[in-house]
Amino acid sequence: MGEYVIEMLNITKDFPGIRANDDITLRLRRGEIHALLGENGAGKSTLMSVLFGLYQPEGGVIKKDGDVVHIKDPNDANALHIGMVHQHFKLVEIFTVLENIILGVEPNKMGFLQKKEAHRRVVELSERYGLKIDPDALIEDISVGMQQRVEILKMLYRDNEILIFDEPTAVLTPQEIDELMGIMRSFAAEGKSILFITHKLNEIMAVADRCTVLRKGKCVGTVDVKDTDKVKLSRMMVGRDVDFIVEKDDAKPGKTVLEIKNLTVPSKAHKNNAVKNVSFNVRAGEIVCLAGIEGNGQTEFVYALTGLEKPSAGRITLKGEPIVQIGHKRGLQSSASLDKTKPILMPIRHRSKLGMSHIPEDRQKYGLVLDYSLEENLVLQRYWEPEFQNKGFIRKDQVREYADRLIRQYDIRSGQGPVTPARSMSGGNQQKAIVAREIDKNPELLVAVQPTRGLDVGAIEYIHHQLIAARDNGKAVLLVSLELDEVINVSDRILVMYEGEIVGAFDPKDITVQELGLYMAGAKRQSNESEAYSA
Amino acid sequence: MRIVSDILSATILFAVPLLLVALGGMFSERSGIINIALEGIMIVGALFACLTLRALDLNTSIGQNAPQLGMLIAILVAAFSGALFSLLLAFASVSLKADQTIGGTALNMMAPALAIAVTWAVQGQGQTNIIIPTWTRITQETLGIVPKDVFWQNLVFKSFYQTTIWAILLFLVAAVLLYKTRFGLRMRACGEHPQAADSVGINVYRMRYAGVFISGILGGIGGLAYTIAAGSTFQSSVAGYGFLALAVMIFGNWKPWNILGASLFFALFKIIGSYSGSIPFLPKFENLNQSEYLYLMVPYIVTMILLILTSKKSRAPKSEGIPYDKGRR
Repeated sequence: MGEYVIEMLNITKDFPGIRANDDITLRLRRGEIHALLGENGAGKSTLMSVLFGLYQPEGGVIKKDGDVVHIKDPNDANALHIGMVHQHFKLVEIFTVLENIILGVEPNKMGFLQKKEAHRRVVELSERYGLKIDPDALIEDISVGMQQRVEILKMLYRDNEILIFDEPTAVLTPQEIDELMGIMRSFAAEGKSILFITHKLNEIMAVADRCTVLRKGKCVGTVDVKDTDKVKLSRMMVGRDVDFIVEKDDAKPGKTVLEIKNLTVPSKAHKNNAVKNVSFNVRAGEIVCLAGIEGNGQTEFVYALTGLEKPSAGRITLKGEPIVQIGHKRGLQSSASLDKTKPILMPIRHRSKLGMSHIPEDRQKYGLVLDYSLEENLVLQRYWEPEFQNKGFIRKDQVREYADRLIRQYDIRSGQGPVTPARSMSGGNQQKAIVAREIDKNPELLVAVQPTRGLDVGAIEYIHHQLIAARDNGKAVLLVSLELDEVINVSDRILVMYEGEIVGAFDPKDITVQELGLYMAGAKRQSNESEAYSA
Repeated sequence: MRIVSDILSATILFAVPLLLVALGGMFSERSGIINIALEGIMIVGALFACLTLRALDLNTSIGQNAPQLGMLIAILVAAFSGALFSLLLAFASVSLKADQTIGGTALNMMAPALAIAVTWAVQGQGQTNIIIPTWTRITQETLGIVPKDVFWQNLVFKSFYQTTIWAILLFLVAAVLLYKTRFGLRMRACGEHPQAADSVGINVYRMRYAGVFISGILGGIGGLAYTIAAGSTFQSSVAGYGFLALAVMIFGNWKPWNILGASLFFALFKIIGSYSGSIPFLPKFENLNQSEYLYLMVPYIVTMILLILTSKKSRAPKSEGIPYDKGRR
């Protein structure tokens, strides 16, 4: 048995029009945690998909224990004891945990499932590794963190020795991340070898032994983590120096721009309300961050604020003008006169004209029309303005001119400039296009929902600078985020949302990441609720 | 009591094709392929089965000697031809990744035309009706049992065919296959989350072919069962029963036991519709011209109303209708 359990030598993988992996060599030692670092689109996932048999490389060889192997499909990978936790979990929602774990390797007698034996083994494995699960729960009923444990158990059930984790921490709370790191270490201590895809440097420093860095499909190098630091790693990854701490002056808040009072939004997923009686203000020249773990009502809150969904009660005013006002016997006692007034629900375009900009959570669903060109997407909210239309006909020349200006100013990179289909652009540049469109409208209120989700450090740095520039221009910014570093670094005021309620309000200077995590997970809450929106 | 046993007997007779075809649809959709083509599959299955019966009747003496063996052959022919015809849908929607609704519609348009063409080719120009021999029915003499009670005699033997026995057996097999076997687990995974199935080494394309193939077998037998139930001739049509079976499948929430209940329910309404004239307590609407058609509309109207009421609760296989492409993840 040699030093390396897996060697991927000179791997080259082409996709139409792009070389995703160019002559990449990666060697995995037995019992090590090996991080694979790179920007979005650097080729990390492609390389791991090659190892897992999902793609066939055009060039290069894979060796297991020194012998050349051909991995044609996941069955081959499984036979070589290679397992993978995919970034988007591959779990069947209506199946139980147990059914998902055994799918593909079902214990059976003449084709009939033998679940009892599998049940026993799954319970045994989950106890041995401290992966708490209920084998009979349905996947759709359990949390994302628990779903990840199911994915891990899937690998253990198959006796995998080489474990690939594709961005496993993106969906987890800080506590869950710590837990996962511990589990990964215990696997390594047992002699299992781990490949860990990420673009989060903290995690690499915390858990990895070695790190291979990819940039634009090429291998930049492999380093020992103990001999390096975050600055060096990020320089390898991006190719230049990156600021981690966002430089910003203290906020100089002005008058109140957005006022939310007793907002309640029903949930589509369950019978309870997704947002419960939430009130707070956002002032000009400050960034207020609504922090919370996914699924605690932020999405519904933003939908109600931006007009994508109808709240059941509450009042929202923008620049003093009511955009939502829906009476509720209990919710609006303070303003009894409202019972008589007609409910107000301002259409989205009017909100936009009044000065609301929205960088949506799902940029491909709500942010862009993917099959439109970049320039069409850039005027999506303004095509009806006299500047861009004449008697109902689009003034193409004006649109082109405007798009060219935004592309230059916001450094949006694309294959064919303004006529590039939005679909073919990278995630980072799609996001830049949305940011450009929304900020260039010169809004009074900028609602940015997870604006850096899935982006690499370079793009994150850029978005953060834009948010702070908007604030310094006297705009009110409402940032909704799950990323703790972002919450602490960028915002001037933090509101934590848990199960549809604001459970705490903080100054980012006074709170640590760990403490914030406890509030987000619902383990702590501020007793005096009025504090939450007094500021 | 006689009318009750008549209605129950006829209900079972008409529930059998609905049950078989809806179960077929269930297998196809659970594997991820929307099977609009059930109507066409039924026609093709019925066509070849009836031609087989006709040939056996004309050319052999099987009708006198072993009628149920002849029926068994016809059932096998129905299953085989239905399955073969369904492979066209599987090829279009799995291998060619075509739109499944359009593919199914094309097969539905093709089937009656094919049926008429073949019928004329066999029987001669203009001879659209294939006459089904009378020996297909299972009688008291066949089994040698004579129930004493007229109620039971009427209920069991008024319209008893081998297809009913097969429907019960196939139903049990289907329920076990879907939930208790490796095959069923894998098939359901393919209809819900084919990427997940693929990532654990299940061949999604093969499972979907299998799902459609099974729907062809059940649909073909269902076509024969409908034709026997509906009368003594096959006229290149199954009168929308394939679509009614789709409604039954949706109403049955893609689950075998619910589908059984739904098909009995729909058949009951269908029979009440056709027996409306002889059920004393039903209003007659005598001042309306041809009021019997009001009752014939009942099963279809009930279908629509029930689908409206239950569509919120029903949960279709998540990935049905989406061609699976290995390359796209």
